[in-house]
Amino acid sequence: MTTIRIYVTYKPSVFDPQGAAITDSVNSLGHQEVKNIVVGKFFDIKLDEDDQDKAKQDVKEIAEALLVNFNMETYRLKVLEEN
Amino acid sequence: MKIAIVVFPGSNCDIDMYEALNTVCHAEAEYVSYRTKKLDGFDAVILPGGFSYGDYLRAGAIARFAPVIPAIRKMAQDGKLVLGVCNGFQILTEMGLLPGALKRNNSLQFICETVKLQVKNNQIPFTTEYDQDQIIDIPIAHGEGNYYADDATLAELEKNNQIVFEYYQHNPNGSVKNIAGICNKEGNVLGMMPHPERAVEEVLGGTDGLPLFKSFLKLGVLA
Repeated sequence: MTTIRIYVTYKPSVFDPQGAAITDSVNSLGHQEVKNIVVGKFFDIKLDEDDQDKAKQDVKEIAEALLVNFNMETYRLKVLEEN
Repeated sequence: MKIAIVVFPGSNCDIDMYEALNTVCHAEAEYVSYRTKKLDGFDAVILPGGFSYGDYLRAGAIARFAPVIPAIRKMAQDGKLVLGVCNGFQILTEMGLLPGALKRNNSLQFICETVKLQVKNNQIPFTTEYDQDQIIDIPIAHGEGNYYADDATLAELEKNNQIVFEYYQHNPNGSVKNIAGICNKEGNVLGMMPHPERAVEEVLGGTDGLPLFKSFLKLGVLA
């Protein structure tokens, strides 16, 4: 078994309205040192596959077919440690 | 002209569309299930507004895998008419029939109000009853209507005259180039966030949506 986490966020060139609103709120709390907050989503995908490279390849295909809209989003992934 | 109105789980403007076409325009429209695999005999297909599949993942992203989708794609390829309103527009972009994507509104608010649009292309089957650059009042109701496309895509849209409706004076959601609706290169696929089906009788607050329906209904049965 391999579990891979995919993080999906807007591309840096695309304005992130939720991130901007939350950054403003955090600044209002008094944390002026906070310059930017990025909002995204993550997916933990558990695969019946022990070969991590093969698992990563499967997950890339899934991300590119469904989880990510490349018009506006980008993603990165990491293999999670087995519990 | 026979028109199919696709009902997805979570569609909620299907009845408005049906009544606008059948009751107000005396057209021949019928509901079809998202499970339908064939749309033979229809001249036009309409993807109505709503929240198909709860807008899970991204608005329109899951609907793209519904059984009816290949038949919609085939109609687009065959030159039949495809209209997506609101959630229908989001589905058309997720399907790749129209370029770009719809993001959360910049204000993060769900916006429900009547807005002014300018008709930027009155040469496609959906807009011939409007004047070029005509200003019209049409309601919007969306949380994710903020059209986005990268610069190369925008240049392509402008070059091919694919920007059909723009928000006029006031952009409610932050869309690039004030875009409210676009079509494909051929002009037979139109996606728009505003709801023309909600502006077809004075009692509803206006009739500026009517010319859109009259434009394509007058084409009759498509070859």
